[in-house]
This record gives sequence, C-alpha cells and structure tokens, in this order.
Amino acid sequence: MENHSLIQRLIARPEFGPFVLLIVEIAVFWGFNHDFLSPQNISNTLAFTVELGLIALAMTLLMTSGEFDLSVGSLFGFSPVLMWTLFNAGVTSLEMGFVVALVVAALTGLVNGWFVTQLKIPSFLVTLGMLLVVRGSALFITDGFPQRTWSAEGSWLAEALVGDFFVGPFRIYMSLFWFIAAAIALGYVLTQSRTGNWIQAAGGNPNAARARGVNVNRVKVGLFVLSSLMASLAGVISSLRTSAANPNSGTGYELEVIAMVVIGGTALTGGRGTIIGTVLGILILRVMRNGIVLIGVPGLAYNIFIGAIILGMMALHSWLERRHQAGT
Amino acid sequence: MAEPLIRMQNIRKSYGRVQALVDANFHVNEREIVGLLGDNGAGKSTLIKVLSGAVPLTSGDIFIRGRKVTLRSTSDAIAHGIETIYQDSALVTQLSIARNLFLGREPIKPPRFLNRMDQEAMNTVARDLLKQVGISKNIPPTTPIGSLSGGERQAVAIARAMHFDSDLIILDEPTNNLGVAETQGVLSFVRNARDSGHSCIFIAHNIHHVFQVVDRIVVMRRGKVVADDIDPKTTTVTEVERIITGMSDKDIRDALADGKAGH
Repeated sequence: MENHSLIQRLIARPEFGPFVLLIVEIAVFWGFNHDFLSPQNISNTLAFTVELGLIALAMTLLMTSGEFDLSVGSLFGFSPVLMWTLFNAGVTSLEMGFVVALVVAALTGLVNGWFVTQLKIPSFLVTLGMLLVVRGSALFITDGFPQRTWSAEGSWLAEALVGDFFVGPFRIYMSLFWFIAAAIALGYVLTQSRTGNWIQAAGGNPNAARARGVNVNRVKVGLFVLSSLMASLAGVISSLRTSAANPNSGTGYELEVIAMVVIGGTALTGGRGTIIGTVLGILILRVMRNGIVLIGVPGLAYNIFIGAIILGMMALHSWLERRHQAGT
Repeated sequence: MAEPLIRMQNIRKSYGRVQALVDANFHVNEREIVGLLGDNGAGKSTLIKVLSGAVPLTSGDIFIRGRKVTLRSTSDAIAHGIETIYQDSALVTQLSIARNLFLGREPIKPPRFLNRMDQEAMNTVARDLLKQVGISKNIPPTTPIGSLSGGERQAVAIARAMHFDSDLIILDEPTNNLGVAETQGVLSFVRNARDSGHSCIFIAHNIHHVFQVVDRIVVMRRGKVVADDIDPKTTTVTEVERIITGMSDKDIRDALADGKAGH
C-alpha cells in the first residue's frame, strides 16, 4: 500500500513525464547507433547543452513568476561581441570587457523589467522589442561581421569559464560545473527559500501576493535581470569555447529555451516551476538534436521532432493536471 | 460608550461624476460580527474597498480605536489589523496551505543569509490553525490550495487572518457558490473567529446566512448607510428586505418600530 502510493506520487510529479521521455529517447538513439553513448559524443553534446541550459535555468524562475524573456538569444550574441570589440579596440582588458558586457546585460534586464512592471506592457511585447534592439546593436557595432577572438588563450577568464580537462575518456569543460552550480543554487532558491515562495506567488496570484506585502514588481525585475545575466554569461562561454563572436549567434535560442522549460513541466502561465524538470527538458531537446543527426535523419527535420515533443508533453502535463485535480 | 474598533465617518467616494459613497457612517465594535447588506450598487463593496485600502476615499475619516488612520494600500490595511478575504483572490492556488498562510511573512531558519524557509515550523502552525478554525477533516498542511473545496479555502484565509492577529476580518461573499454543509462550516469559522477575539464584517447576498451568524445588521442604499442597528434576533428577514429594497427613512423607522413591537 505504502509502495503503491509512493509510485503514484512519483507519477504525479511534473518531472516524471520528461524523465521517462529522456530515457526512451536515449534508448532509441542508442539502439539505432551505439556511437550515441560514446564518450566523445557525450562530451560534445554536454558542452553546448550547458550553455543553453544556463539560460533555461534562469528562464524557469522568470516563467514561474508569470513572465518570459524573448531577448535572451540576442543577448547571447551581443554580449561576446561587445566584450571582444572592447578588447580588440584596446579599450579594456578581456576580463574588464566581460564585466562591462554583464553590466550592460543587467541594465537590459532592468529595462525589460521596468517596462513590464511599471508600464504594464506584456513581457511578450517588451522583450520582443528588446530582442530587436539588442540584435540590431550587435549587427551595427560589428557591421555584421564576426569579431576576432584568437587572443583568449591563457586568459584566466577563459580558463575559469571554459577550461577543459579529461576525466577518463570524457572531455569536460568548466562550464559544466557552472551549470551544475547554477542548477543547485536556483533549485534551492525556488523550492527552499522565501524568495522562491514569492516567485511562485507572483506567478500564481499576483494580487494575493501583493496583498500579503510581497513586492511582486521587485521580484519580477530581479528575475528579468537574472535572465539577461545568464544569457550574457552563456554567450560569453560559448564564444570562448568556440573562439567565435558572431553578431548573429543565438538567433532563435529564446524559443528553444522556452521549449526546454515548458517540456520540463514549468507552467507557461506561471505559478509553478521546476528546475529538475528544466534540466530534463534541456537534455531532452539537446539529445534529440544530437541523436537525429547521428541516426541519419536530416538536421533540417529537427524542428518537426521538437514541435511534436512540445505538443506531446503539453498534452501529458494537462492530462496529469486534470487527473490530479479530479482525484482530490 | 467605549470607542468602537473601527469608525468610518462621513465617507465620500466618487468615481468621476458617479457618487459611490455619500457621507456614509459606519462602525464595528470589538468582538462583533456585523452583517453588511444592500442591493447591487448600494455601495457595500466600495465601502469595503475603502476600508481594506484597495481604493482611496475622496473625503472622510477612518478611526481605529479612536485613532485616525490613512489606508493607502491593502498592505497598509493589513498592517493596521484589517484583513479582507475575497472569494478567490486571497490565496495562491499553486502553493500549499502552509505556504499560503505565511506568504510574505515566512519564518526563516538560521543562518539567515541562506534565506531558507522553516517549513517544519510553518507546517506545525498550519496544522494547529486548521484545527482551531474548525476544519474537522485531516488535511495535511502541504496540500496545495488548488485541491481544496471553496469552504476549506475560506477556512484557510480566515485562519491566516486569525493567526496574524487581524482585529477585523472582512468577508466578502464567503458563502457564494457553497453547498449547505460547506456554508454551515464557514459560518462556524466566522463564529470561532469572533469567540477568539476578532471582529468581522460579513457581506452576503443570502440574507439567511447573514441572519445566522451576525450580531448586528447594517443596510446601505445609494451610497449611504440607512440603518445601522438592526438586531437580527428581533427583526425578521422580510423587514430587512424591505429596508434593502428602499423606503423613506420614516418608513424604515416605522418598519423597525413595528418589527421591534412585534416581538
């Protein structure tokens, strides 16, 4: 009886569906091509996974508070461009350029938050506008050309963010540790801290939260800043790892990140979010992208599968939700 | 006579050219349940919104235990001990009972910089409060509000107001859409709240519910308080209905006199 209810409770968790999907996905790809689980492939997949993952973690908190941010993809492209432009022009050191890029990103988040909370404009419109402003700036300051990036070798910043080493046959980047640290920290904030309670209340019923003295606007502005900072950090990490700073990089990432978050079980309407689910969602989409290429499906067909997964997971989440409410 | 808990004097509220409250006078005594009645548009909700800090008044004064106060926001009103419970808006359905009870005032476990909620303490208090407010079913405090019935949600909201020592609990249509048994439950929660020292304002369309629980009935019409000392024990529902639907002040006095004489 006890066991039965434990299993039932596991199944009722929003993370259960994504977990099963990930296992099935890995099993299927491995069945088609055993190279799928080779150390080299796992290392390659992980390297890029954590970069998008950093953005998805912050987006989870933001979406739990009832907002979302479409400008993350453009910040992913803009921040390294800004950093490298400052460095190449001899204005700042690479590290200082990184700090400037983070400050600019934080300001961008602040502006997003201010428009949403003070002018009461939906975050969809505000961050869509910001996407264009930021992407436009990246293209303008570079004339649309990638920036030179060859001189990052030996910089401690590069070592700290993307330094790599081998654990057995696996090539691990430092960014993986940043990702794990961010996942633990944000998971803690969301489930254990008082701020997490406010984030969920802000998304679930902002008026009730305000009536209890919760500063809903401050919570949301803070999360917009966090989302921008993480996008900026992810962009810089990616740029240092691949030695490229292309003003067009990150295009379309915003939607992929939002897809990762909702597949993981965070409610698009706010009020409920899960970091564990998001980590699963991140892996599901990255494994899918890697796997379909590996088994020989044309890469251009990727979006068909992603779309199908999103629809399928949404159907599952809504079914679980209804069952959960009917059962009590 | 002792100064009442709440006294609202010559309250005016206009929305543009529409006068929602016209020199309304209203008071609530300590440990008293007041039933606030009136037809749609009589000014009940506006009066309550003014008292709960949700809308600013145009002119007039509000006194709490004789001290003049200004209520600029709902959190202002809560800080002054006035808690308003609207039917659906008071709770976050996604959060648990315990997390709702402590929303905005979560106890923190040391060390404080970790900002970690003391969930055990919250659950313990929540369990006690649910018992105190009179929920007989054994509901774990970690249950999300979304899976509670309407009556149980009211109970949680009332429990929260009691725990944080609100002097005045305003219940706006607490029995709407509730079944018979649930309604009786909510009415007993309200009585429990009064018996433990809180005052309540009870607003309901169903006059019979009001009669079952309140100590005094106040009737509003066209932005004014037209009767503020109706004793539910000595007045009939029909008489109160006549006052609500509108007669001259003299008619009301006559009706009340008749009513009192009739008992």
